[in-house]
Formats: sequence, C-alpha cells, structure tokens
Amino acid sequence: MSKFAAIAGIGQTEFSKASGRSELQLAAEASKAALDDAGIDPADVDGMITFTIDNSDEIGLTRCLGVKDLGYTARIPGGGAASVATIHQAAAAINSGACEVVLVWRAMNERSQYRFGQPMAPPSGGVVNIAGNGTGSLLWCMPFGAQTPASWGALATQHYMNTYGVTNGDLGYVSVAQRKHAATNPLAWFYGKPITLEDHQASKWIIEPVLRLLDCCQESDGGVAIVVTSLERAKDLKRKPIRIVSSAQSIPAEVEVISNYYHADLNVMPEAQGVAKRLYQRSGLTPKDMQLAMIYDAFTPQVLYQLEAFGFCDQGEAKDFIKGGNIEVGGGLPVNTNGGLIGEAYIHGMNNITEAVRQLRGTASNQVAKMTNALVSCGMAGAILSNS
Amino acid sequence: MSNETTPIRPDPVFTPDAAFFWEGVTRGELLGQRCSDCMKITHPPRPMCPVCHSIKRETVKLSGRGIVTSWVIPRHPAPIGFAEAPIVALIELEEGIRMVSNVIDVAPDAMKNGIAVEVRYAPTKGGKAVPVFAPAKGGARE
Ligand SMILES: [Zn+2]
Repeated sequence: MSKFAAIAGIGQTEFSKASGRSELQLAAEASKAALDDAGIDPADVDGMITFTIDNSDEIGLTRCLGVKDLGYTARIPGGGAASVATIHQAAAAINSGACEVVLVWRAMNERSQYRFGQPMAPPSGGVVNIAGNGTGSLLWCMPFGAQTPASWGALATQHYMNTYGVTNGDLGYVSVAQRKHAATNPLAWFYGKPITLEDHQASKWIIEPVLRLLDCCQESDGGVAIVVTSLERAKDLKRKPIRIVSSAQSIPAEVEVISNYYHADLNVMPEAQGVAKRLYQRSGLTPKDMQLAMIYDAFTPQVLYQLEAFGFCDQGEAKDFIKGGNIEVGGGLPVNTNGGLIGEAYIHGMNNITEAVRQLRGTASNQVAKMTNALVSCGMAGAILSNS
Repeated sequence: MSNETTPIRPDPVFTPDAAFFWEGVTRGELLGQRCSDCMKITHPPRPMCPVCHSIKRETVKLSGRGIVTSWVIPRHPAPIGFAEAPIVALIELEEGIRMVSNVIDVAPDAMKNGIAVEVRYAPTKGGKAVPVFAPAKGGARE
C-alpha cells in the first residue's frame, strides 16, 4: 500500500481535577496546541472526529478555531474503549480523499463537572428508550448494585482471574510500574508520587476481590487533540510525521462495552483479539516488532487481557509477564510509559495515543531507546504507529 | 438478607424489547426470549433473531437453575439502594444464557465460582422485582 496517513501534531491542556473552564474551551485549547505543533493554520482544518459522548460540538469548535469550511465529521461509539478508533476514522477519511486535515479531539471536565466513577441510580417509571452507548449496564446491572464502570468491568474479570489463578496482588505490578512512569513524567497528575506493592495492597477495596483503589484509573479534567493528514503533506510540516502503519476496530458478535458478559469465552477479550488480528495482518508486523505498547488501562486487568490478545505473552501468562520490571522502561516491553490512565490522567485513552507519538519522536519524559514501532490499543480499536 | 420489609432496591429499567422480562419477574416468572422460527434463546432480548433474522419471538419459561460464572462485591462507593454490599454475579443458566444477578444466602467468605444456584425474586422500591439466586437445594423443585 502506498497511501498512508500520519499524525502531524499533538496538543493538550494541563491534566487536573478542576479545570475551571468549559469543556469547549478545553477542546479549543488542546486543538490549537495540536495545530500549532503541526504548523497548520486552524482555518485549514476540514475534518473533525470525536467521541459520541463528547459534550462539545463541531460547530462550536469551528467557531473557536475560525475553521473556514469543515468538510467531514464523524464520531466513534464505545467511549474510551474505542478511543483509537478516532485515529482509524481519521486515517480512513484521509486515505479516501474525504478531507485533508483531520482534527481529533476529546475534552472533558470528568472530575469537576460529573464523575464517571460514582454510582448511578437508574431512571424510574414506565418504559424507557435507552440507546446505551454500546453497553447494557444501565438495563441489566443497575438493579443488582453494579452501578459503576469498576463494577461492570470487574464482574467479567473475576472469571478470568479465577481461571488462571490471578490475584489482586498480581495486578499491583501494573499499578506500580505505571506509577513509576508517572513519577518521572511532569505532565502526569501523579508526578513525583510513585507507589509500592505494599501501598497497592493497603489501598481499599473498590470491587472485591478484583479491584482496589490503586487498580483504578483517575477521574480527570482536560483535553487532548491530534492532527492527522496524509503522510505526503505531513512531510512538509513542522514535525517529523508519525506514520499510521495500520489501524483497526473490532466489535465481535455478542461483545459489548465494559458490561461484556455475553460472548463465548470470558477468559479473553475478543475485541482486542480482533483488533490484533487485523493490525498484524494489515501491517505484516508481529508483536516482536513493537518497542512500546500503550494499552487502555481504565483498570489494571484490562492490561493483562490486552497483553495476551496482542500476543506479547500466552493466554493466562500475563500475570507473570508484568513482573520483574518487564513492562517498565528498560524492560522487555515498556507499557504505558506516561503512567497511563492510572498515572498520567484519564482523558479517555487519548493521552495514551499522544504518548506513543512523543516516544516515536524521541521527546518522551521516559524515553524508550531505539523506537521504531508503537502499538496503541484500547480494546475495541488499535493502531500501529511508526517513525520510519 | 432478602426479606427487607420496605424494599429499597432500585427498580429495573423497562425498555420496549425487554419489558416482558421484568414484567415476568414481577409476576414471579423467569422468562427468556425464544425465536418462534428457529427456537434460539437469546439474552439480552432483542427485536430480531441473530441466527435466522426472524422477528417472530415468544417468551419461554426458564428453568431458573444455573451456576455462578463470576462474582464480585462492590465495596466503594456503596451501591445505591442496598443496605449492605450485595454479591453481584454472572449466572450461567441451564438454557445456555448468562445474566447479571445477585447471589443471596451465601456469606462473602464462602462465595466461590461454580456453585449451583436457583432463582428467587427480590422486590424493588417501586413495586417491581428482580431475579436473584440462592444456592440450589439439589434435586427436583417446585
Ligand atoms: Zn431464529
């Protein structure tokens, strides 16, 4: 294939617990930063992509940026679990000729304005029409006391942990590695604040016996934006282009977002397996070709499932793979070198994509040596990015 | 544990395609959706059969017997509508479908995967009910 799209710019706001400004302002600031980074006039943006659940709208953002004539818009379903689908969409839009400069954004006051981690009371009375954002959690979980993302995710995970003898103590290795990375990343909320395995085990149960507090990502305020254009155009811009070698989405039969209980084998994450298959097929690359994996880590077990789905280790062996510094910078496969959603911030997965770009540019705080290819996965979507 | 005098449990959400399930439970019946053409039982319910694409569907009384496939106890934040933290479980029914529910009459310390359970009904605050599961007595029942 001769045609490639590339990431030409990345931008963000600070990551905080109370931004003190509107979500649209966060989106606009992150977008302007990404366009400045690329060296593209905001007026020239002609495509916009975000999440279905982002509260800002395309017209509001074009009015901030002074976009001349927007020619393409799309939104991706599935929340953070599909975050990398924004890059997949952007690459498809560029390669089809639908537009030339795609601005991807996600911005939210997810800590100060509303809280994803708090229990939700279901609506009462009468027959309700619910689209559901790809999850049956509201309908099938709420009246049983599973009312938070942590509880929905953990309910599937306990089966996996029981099958392979994974304990909550094992999961602590993911938290400790990521907090170690965050501790030396000035962009991270937990900058300068590493934790130990003992801290992890001393943190309170959120969902027993699966998740303690330190297995959970943060709630954050902030915005992230990414500019995608053709590789050809990106070559003439300010930054070294980061090529989107392959990108993919996968929503296999009976899979749903987070309340993912109805597919055949609860020991695997079929959507990540589907993404892996497509990414490797389309690129001709293998797990051994990756120097970095940025893996959606809303909760620590999600990292284990994806390490297995992407073939970095065998089924059921992720609990050993994550130990001994193997997923730290300098280890066999550095994972979430910014601290991930657990250590840096929870901008719904988008800040894990920008970290891959920084690593491939050679500008990351915790720089991995000899970077060529990075895998970015969020479960229902993924991409292989390269600096070559 | 399950005999609250004034129920505080949240009501289920009735959607057009799943209303039969909650109406059944409120009457004390555990119903599934079966395709009238190919007899496939599906859960969650849906308006079209994924196998033969028929939109003709009927309700079928489920055995109410199954095993615990996975379970958790939501500790923090405390769930809304529960006096004490419930055991949330995924039940694999004899009919080959899974559903989210609660396990009752088992101490958290004694909870484990694979235990055989059978359905009971727990009232909700608005006069509806949800299916919950207790350890199976063994042998034939009602
Ligand atoms: Zn059928």
